[in-house]
Amino acid sequence: MIRFDNVAKRYATGHEGLSGVDLHLETGEMAFLTGHSGAGKSTLLKLIGLLERATRGQVWVNERNLNKLRARDVPYHRREVGMIFQDHRLLHDRTVFDNIALPLVVAGMGHAEVTRRVRAALDKVGLLKKDKVFPISLSGGEQQRVGIARALVSKPPVLLADEPTGNLDPELSREIMDLFVQFNQVGVTLLVATHDVELISRLGKRIIKLRDGRVAADSGADG
Amino acid sequence: MARRARQPGFRRNRNPVTWLLRHAQMSLASLGRLSRSPVSTLMTAAVIGIALALPSGLHLLVDNVRQLSSSWDGSASISLFLADAVSDEQAATVREQVARRPDVAEAQLISRSAALDEFRRLSGFGQAIELLDHNPLPAVVLVRPAPTVQDADAVGRMAAELQNYREIELAQVDLQWVERLGAITGAIERAVLILAVLLAGAVLLIVGNTVRLEIQNRHSEIEIVKLVGGTDAFIRRPFLYEGLWYGLLGAAIALTLVLTALYLLDGPVERLAGLYQSTFSLDVLDPISLFGMLIGGPALGLAGAWLAVGRHLAQVQPE
Ligand SMILES: Nc1ncnc2c1ncn2[C@@H]1O[C@H](COP(=O)(O)OP(=O)(O)O)[C@@H](O)[C@H]1O
Ligand SMILES: [Mg+2]
Repeated sequence: MIRFDNVAKRYATGHEGLSGVDLHLETGEMAFLTGHSGAGKSTLLKLIGLLERATRGQVWVNERNLNKLRARDVPYHRREVGMIFQDHRLLHDRTVFDNIALPLVVAGMGHAEVTRRVRAALDKVGLLKKDKVFPISLSGGEQQRVGIARALVSKPPVLLADEPTGNLDPELSREIMDLFVQFNQVGVTLLVATHDVELISRLGKRIIKLRDGRVAADSGADG
Repeated sequence: MARRARQPGFRRNRNPVTWLLRHAQMSLASLGRLSRSPVSTLMTAAVIGIALALPSGLHLLVDNVRQLSSSWDGSASISLFLADAVSDEQAATVREQVARRPDVAEAQLISRSAALDEFRRLSGFGQAIELLDHNPLPAVVLVRPAPTVQDADAVGRMAAELQNYREIELAQVDLQWVERLGAITGAIERAVLILAVLLAGAVLLIVGNTVRLEIQNRHSEIEIVKLVGGTDAFIRRPFLYEGLWYGLLGAAIALTLVLTALYLLDGPVERLAGLYQSTFSLDVLDPISLFGMLIGGPALGLAGAWLAVGRHLAQVQPE
């Protein structure tokens, strides 16, 4: 589902965020991306969501070579990759419902179908009763769950999460990780960046460790 | 390398019905957004309205003056130069004949001797004239056409008919006043055209700047929409509709301004026309002014928004 072939990312500053990364995630696999701050976790996820483009090597997602994707195809690619951020990136002048509906509205889905899907997503993250409130009145954990609901509402085959529990206490963090494991059980391919090794070690999932833009260790590496 | 072959494509929504439906929703949403800040919306629209009303109103005015110049009786006169052989008595008969015509309001005879007197008085060549052994000037009948002779063409036809009289050597239409007025209105019309182009540019800049600010205000929203897979067309659309609405509102304001001005001017103009025994009154809106506002406004709004969106939307990229 996701494949990196000798990928490097050099930023405009000349700094290499990633260098020579080889990686392969099977469809339906779940993996964690760890490493110290500045190791390149965010950079790797951005290359998958095409928020950045690789400067060397090739990135494949869902059978497509992202290097060859034209600019006008990028939005359609992003619809297949749900992205979750540490800072949630919610629209604060829109209700929880409207925030979660955004990917569906953008894709031109009809009102009835949008309502049905948004309610299903709210149900999955346990926020069914909060659909009419604004994000500002939610706790950090709830806001993060709104972000997760938005990422999964369009049922993308790939979910990416960049430090999704970065601002949450251990209890809430565990709940969020359990949520991800549930999604993985229904076949979603997940890649979650976190520096909280303690939190993820109990889950028994593949762990890819980055250091200075290179893969330093990969518990599931098989070539 | 099988993987290098063609990539699997993306599914795109190409259903025209849903596409139209989304457009309708989007246009109403844009209008709703504008109506939530009515003061700033109306102020922008008013500036556009004035910019549209000015050239339209001036064009209307010039158009009316032009009609005025062709309908004002007394604007044209015809000078009938009589043949040399025509005696003073015959000349008086010619004047009577001409004066009886229904298309003539007044005919005045200037006899050969009167013409000579006038020439002496006005030209300063009196001494030279004395040297000639006979009066070289012809008798002239000055004709003022009846009010029924409305325009320059009709006066021209009338002159041609008069030319057929045996005693009349030359019938010359004196259209100086009309021609001058025509030249002036032509120049003003050109000036109005230049003004219209400049103001159209101003409308483009106004809408462009308003939309640019709007893009800045909604920076994070645009970013997030791009993150979740919004196409450029999708992101562009509300801003384009915004420009369109601004243009439409501006056009409505311009129309109101021009109609109000017409209404206010109607009374005084009719009184003025009355003084000159003219039946002239201000025209209703001519098609060029009307379409200039109603089509030009929205088109300029859309174009201004398009310019802003093209320049500024690409700069917003999610991180
Ligand atoms: N936009 C950018 N421009 C320049 N350098 C960047 C940019 N983003 C990240 N970097 C650099 O790339 C390296 C990897 O960053 P990042 O992928 O954010 O690491 P992580 O997410 O693991 O903390 C860091 O050294 C960082 O300073
Ligand atoms: Mg990071």
